[in-house]
Amino acid sequence: MRKELMIILGAALIAGCGTTGGPEQPGADVEDRSAKKIDGTEVRPVTAGDPMGAALAAVKQGVLAKRSVFFDYDSYVIKEEFKSLVEAHARFLVANPKVKMLIQGNADERGSREYNLALGQKRAEALRKMLALLGAREDQIEAVSLGEEKPRCSEGNEGCWSQNRRSDMLYTGEF
Amino acid sequence: MTALKRAVFALFLLALSFASRAQLTIEITGAGANRIPVAIADFAGEPGIARAVAMVVRADLERSGLFKLVEAGAPLAENAPVNFADWKSRGADALVVGSVQPAANGRYEVRFRLHDVQKQASLGGLAYVMTAQQGRTTGHRIADYVYEKLLGEPGIFSTRIAYVVKSAGRFELQIADADGMNAQTALASKEPIISPAWSPDGSRLAYVSFESKKPVIYVHSLATGSRHVAANFKGSNSAPAWSPDGRKLAVVLTKDGASQLYSVSADGSGVVRLASSAGIDTEPYFSPDGQFIYFTSDRGGSPQAYRISSGGGDAQRITFEGSYNVTPRLSPDGKNMAYVSRNGGRFQLALMDLATRQTQILTDSDKDESPSFAPNGRMILYASEVGGRGVLAAVSSDGRVKQKLSVQAGDVREPAWGPFLKQ
Repeated sequence: MRKELMIILGAALIAGCGTTGGPEQPGADVEDRSAKKIDGTEVRPVTAGDPMGAALAAVKQGVLAKRSVFFDYDSYVIKEEFKSLVEAHARFLVANPKVKMLIQGNADERGSREYNLALGQKRAEALRKMLALLGAREDQIEAVSLGEEKPRCSEGNEGCWSQNRRSDMLYTGEF
Repeated sequence: MTALKRAVFALFLLALSFASRAQLTIEITGAGANRIPVAIADFAGEPGIARAVAMVVRADLERSGLFKLVEAGAPLAENAPVNFADWKSRGADALVVGSVQPAANGRYEVRFRLHDVQKQASLGGLAYVMTAQQGRTTGHRIADYVYEKLLGEPGIFSTRIAYVVKSAGRFELQIADADGMNAQTALASKEPIISPAWSPDGSRLAYVSFESKKPVIYVHSLATGSRHVAANFKGSNSAPAWSPDGRKLAVVLTKDGASQLYSVSADGSGVVRLASSAGIDTEPYFSPDGQFIYFTSDRGGSPQAYRISSGGGDAQRITFEGSYNVTPRLSPDGKNMAYVSRNGGRFQLALMDLATRQTQILTDSDKDESPSFAPNGRMILYASEVGGRGVLAAVSSDGRVKQKLSVQAGDVREPAWGPFLKQ
């Protein structure tokens, strides 16, 4: 399992940043991007190709396809069982600095909508902090809250509420 | 209210309905202890319009829970002689008479007079010139006049309410007259809309929309339908509250981490931090004199109501009993605070007298949210749930008068009672 995970991750990393060449994006840079020869050393511009497309494909497979972290009642601590998932996403963000992530925190329906929005924010923020600690850049991740407004499950019982106490990770193109 | 009366009232609402699918219907479920018996005679003159105007006046006064309607019989014009002994024997303390006559340019002149039956004296009257379509508006104004003369406080029948209707994956921010009629949609979205707040002059609504996959605060001009972003910082933007002068909004932003209070101009410029805590600060609300901002904070371990000076400074804790007291909202006179309190797993509307700190639970429901005072302070509108469906309810600040407002085809939530409009 562990090995498989590493292979998928490796594939994702290669897919994410390994491609070169491809058409230049017009207007992306005003510098002279033609190759220059300095003392026989050749300096060439390296463009990222289509990192978004490749990355988007990668995050739909394997462990990166898992996007939800669940929390206990009244808790904002990322549980042990979700740490490897968060680490995998952090590695992906580090390897793909152009890819951005939106973290949407959620809360169960009980009580004030605005207070629940703040509780959802705490869940999103906990995840954002952990990803940042693992190397994701500040400008790569945004933590927001949907509060109790977008429940995954809408029955009034604990089994259902526990599904709504979660943070979801969305990548560029998904939000 | 008898079942028959209720049925007649419902029929009346149906008859006058503007045929909107999401029409709010209002049911009275509790009335005041000493209702004033009042007779509203049919107005003389143009029969159709005259009857329609008198019916609006009757419905408004009855719905307030503070008046008891006395059968009035034949139409009576404002200048007709009044047989006070007869009205007294019928049990009326007050009598409204009036007329509707054609005026220039296809308009109508509505005149009315209010009599004190006990004192056998006129309490005054007014005249309005209106179009045939303004019968309801005129009826509300007459009801406001009668209410104020008899109770000594302004009526709210000419005000409007805002609320959100959710039906089949669609969210609509609607504005209706205080009687639930004439509902109009200001914004429709596939994504949630929460926390509407009226500008003090009633011309604009601030609210939170999730249409861009995150909460963003907008300010929306109702007459033109134009709107602008008031706060869209990194993270969540929510809980807008207008300053009494209408220039600023207190908002909750997370751009620096946790949910914290900031002030921003209504046009979105000049963001300033108002308070700092290690936890959550949210749901700001200005005191009517603009001196304080009341808000919810969990800085003490559980969510409680606090206040700070609107210029900043230390926070003062307001609620102490229980482990969940949220959404503090001040009465228009600044003397009382409505809030939502959790008691044994039930979320109920509570009221605190800020001078004595005495509290009272006003409701017997489980899922009360989002209290909003009527501009005269008499009723508190709030969101609740009946049979798994979102409804609005209103309760008088003495807990006696109760109303339920619901729509046929969906959940209704997030109510906000609009201000008095200058006429």
